[in-house]
Amino acid sequence: MPGLAKAVKKSIEHAVMRILVVEDDREAASYLLKGLGESGHAVDHAGDGEEGLFLAREAVHDVLIVDRMLPRRDGLSLIEVLRGEGIDTPVLILSALDGVDDRVRGLRAGGDDYLTKPYAFSELIARVEALARRARPGEARTRYRVGDLRLDVLARTVSRAGKPIALQPREFRLLEYLMKHAGQVVTRTMLLEQVWDYHFDPQTNVIDVHISRLRAKIDKGFSPPLLHTVRGAGYSLRAPAE
Amino acid sequence: MRRLSKLVRTTTFRLSAVYLVVFALSVGAILGYIYWNTAGLLARQTDQTIRAEVGGLAEQYRQGGIRRLVATVAARSVRSGSSLYLVTDFTGQRIAGNINAIPTGATEQTGWVEFDYRVPTGDGFEPHIARAYYTRLTSGFVLVVGRDIEERRRYARLIRQTVFLSLALTLLLGLGGGLLMSRNFLQRIDRISRSSQVIMKGDMAERMPVSGSGDELDRLASALNDMLDQIERLMAGMREVSDNVAHDLKSPLTRMRAQVEDALRGGTKASYRAALESTLVEADRLLKTFDSLLSIARAQAGEARKNIADTPLDEVIGDVAELYEPSVEAAGGTLKVAKGKSLIVAADRHLLAQALSNLLDNALKYAAVAAKGGRRARPLTIRISTRQAGDMAEIIVADNGPGIPAADRDRVLARFVRLDPSRSEPGSGLGLSLVASVAKLHGGTFTLEANNPGLKAVLAIPLRLTA
Repeated sequence: MPGLAKAVKKSIEHAVMRILVVEDDREAASYLLKGLGESGHAVDHAGDGEEGLFLAREAVHDVLIVDRMLPRRDGLSLIEVLRGEGIDTPVLILSALDGVDDRVRGLRAGGDDYLTKPYAFSELIARVEALARRARPGEARTRYRVGDLRLDVLARTVSRAGKPIALQPREFRLLEYLMKHAGQVVTRTMLLEQVWDYHFDPQTNVIDVHISRLRAKIDKGFSPPLLHTVRGAGYSLRAPAE
Repeated sequence: MRRLSKLVRTTTFRLSAVYLVVFALSVGAILGYIYWNTAGLLARQTDQTIRAEVGGLAEQYRQGGIRRLVATVAARSVRSGSSLYLVTDFTGQRIAGNINAIPTGATEQTGWVEFDYRVPTGDGFEPHIARAYYTRLTSGFVLVVGRDIEERRRYARLIRQTVFLSLALTLLLGLGGGLLMSRNFLQRIDRISRSSQVIMKGDMAERMPVSGSGDELDRLASALNDMLDQIERLMAGMREVSDNVAHDLKSPLTRMRAQVEDALRGGTKASYRAALESTLVEADRLLKTFDSLLSIARAQAGEARKNIADTPLDEVIGDVAELYEPSVEAAGGTLKVAKGKSLIVAADRHLLAQALSNLLDNALKYAAVAAKGGRRARPLTIRISTRQAGDMAEIIVADNGPGIPAADRDRVLARFVRLDPSRSEPGSGLGLSLVASVAKLHGGTFTLEANNPGLKAVLAIPLRLTA
C-alpha cells in the first residue's frame, strides 16, 4: 500500500489538494484517509451525511468523496443540497450499487464521477486527480502539448517533433483523454468509461493492446518515451522533468 | 348480515342492480302501454256505443215526440243486458227506464256522469258502478243512457294487478339473480384470496383456481398463475446462484486463507510478499466473478428491461469489434465484420455490447489456450455477421478455434461450468451464461453450433417491431 501510494505520488505532479471524505464505515474511511494522506493530500473526514454537509459548507475543498449510503442523510441528497446552494466542488460518489441505472441516478444528482465498491486505491486516486483537474478553470482547451507531442482538438491533428502522426478516430480520442489528464494516472476502467463509454470490464486485456498501438505511433522512433505504464494502476502520459 | 353487505358491495351486484332498474323501467313502460291499450280501449268503446244510442233515441224523439221515445226506452229497458235507460219529465219524475232517478251530478245540459246503483240479485242487491250520458231534451224531458261498467272496472283492476305483480316479480327475480351471481363471483374471489394467503404463508406451489370457463376471472387467475410461475422460476434461479456462489467462491477463499496462513508460518519477508501478491490476484478474480454474477442476476431479474430501446445492430457490433480488433491482431488473428443489411433491434445497448464482448473474450481466450497447447496450426479468424431470421436478428460470432464438443454445448451455458476441469485457465465460467441471460432478457435465444472447425455462437434478438 505505501509502496503503491508512493509510486502513484511520484508519477504525478500535482498540487496538494484538500479532500473531504464522507464515509461512515470506519475501516474504509481510515484506509482512504491513510492512502490520500500518503499521496500528499490534506483530508477531512465526516462520518455521516449531516456532518458531511456541515464540513462541505464550512471549508473549500478541491474534491469531495461521498459514500452513497450514509446515516442521517444519504449521499445523493447531500450532493443535491450542495448543488442547490451553488457549491460545485467536484464529487466522486462511492457506492456498492453498480447498475447502470444507479450510476445514472448518481450522476444526475450532481455527482461528477461514480466508483463502485470494492475498488483499487489506485483507481480512486486516479479519478480524484482527474476530477480536481477538470474543476480548474481555463481548462476548456482545444490544443494540448506534452513534451514535443501536440494535439489540436479542432483541426484533429497530432504531431510529434513537428512530424504529423495519423491516428484512427478512436486513437485520437484515447490520446486526447490522455493529454487532458497528462501527468496523472488514468486507469483502464477510466479509459473504457470515458473513451468507449462501456461500464463493464472485458476479461481480456483489450485496452492494453490499444495503448500499445497508440504507443507505437507516438513513441516509436522518438525520444524520450511519453506514454508510460504505471504498474498495478494504469497509464500516464507525461514528459520527463517538465 | 356481514355476508349480505359484502354481497351488496360486489361489482356484480351493483351492475345487476343498475341493470335491474333499467329493465324494470322498460317492463313498466311496456305493461303501461298494454294497460292503456286494453282497458282504455274498452272504455272508449263503451262511450262510443252509449253516444250512438243516445243519438238514435234523440232522433226517435225528434220524429215521434215523447211518446215514441218512451215506448222505445220502455221496450229496451226490459231487455236483459247491461244497458241502463231513464226518461224523466221536467220535475225529474221517471216516465220510463230501468233506473229510478237522474244520477246526482248530472247538472249540465248534457254530459257524462258515473254513479253507484244497485243490481238486484237472488237475495238482495249488489252495488255496481255505471257510466251514463245524459241530455236534456226540449220541454224539460231528460234522457239518460248508461252501461254497467262494473265488469269493465274489474277487468281493468285485474290488468293493473297483473302489471304490478309482473313488476314485483321482475324486481324480485332480478334482485335474487343479482345476489346469486354476486355470491358466485364472491365465492370465486374468496377462493383466489384464500390461495394467495396460502402462497403468502410460503407454499409457492399453490396456484389460483381456474374454473375452465375462460371468463375474465379465469383470465385474471391465469395471469396471476403465470406471474407466480415466473416468481418461482426466479426464486429457483436465486437459490441456484447462491448454491453456486457458495460452491465456487468458497474454494478460492479457502485457497487465499491457506496461503496467508502458510505465509504467517514461514515468516520471511519474501514469503509475506508472495502471499500478499497472490492474495491480491485471488481477490481480484473473486471480485470479477462477483461482478459477472451480479450482471447475470440483474439480466435475469429483468431489471434492465426498461433500458430496452431501438438499437442499430451494426453500430453496437462496430463499436465492440473496434475495441477487440487490436487484441485479435495482437494474437496473430483477424477479426472480420461482415457488412449486412442494417437491422434495428429492441435491445439494451449496454448489455448487448457486454454479451458480444464476452463472446469475443471467449474466442480469444480459447484460441490462446489451444495455441499454448500446440494444437493450432492455423491463424485465428473471428467473423461477426448478422442476418434476419423471421422477426429475429441473429448475431453470429464464428471462430476457427478449438470449439466445444456437441455434448458439452448446453452445459457450458450453465453458470460456473468450465470445460477445463482443473480450472487453471483464467475466467469465471460465467461468460457464456451471461450471454444466455442477455438473450433471455430480450426474449431471444442463444445457441452454440459447430463451425467446422471452431465454434459458432448465435445470439438472436427480436427485431424492432416495424410500425
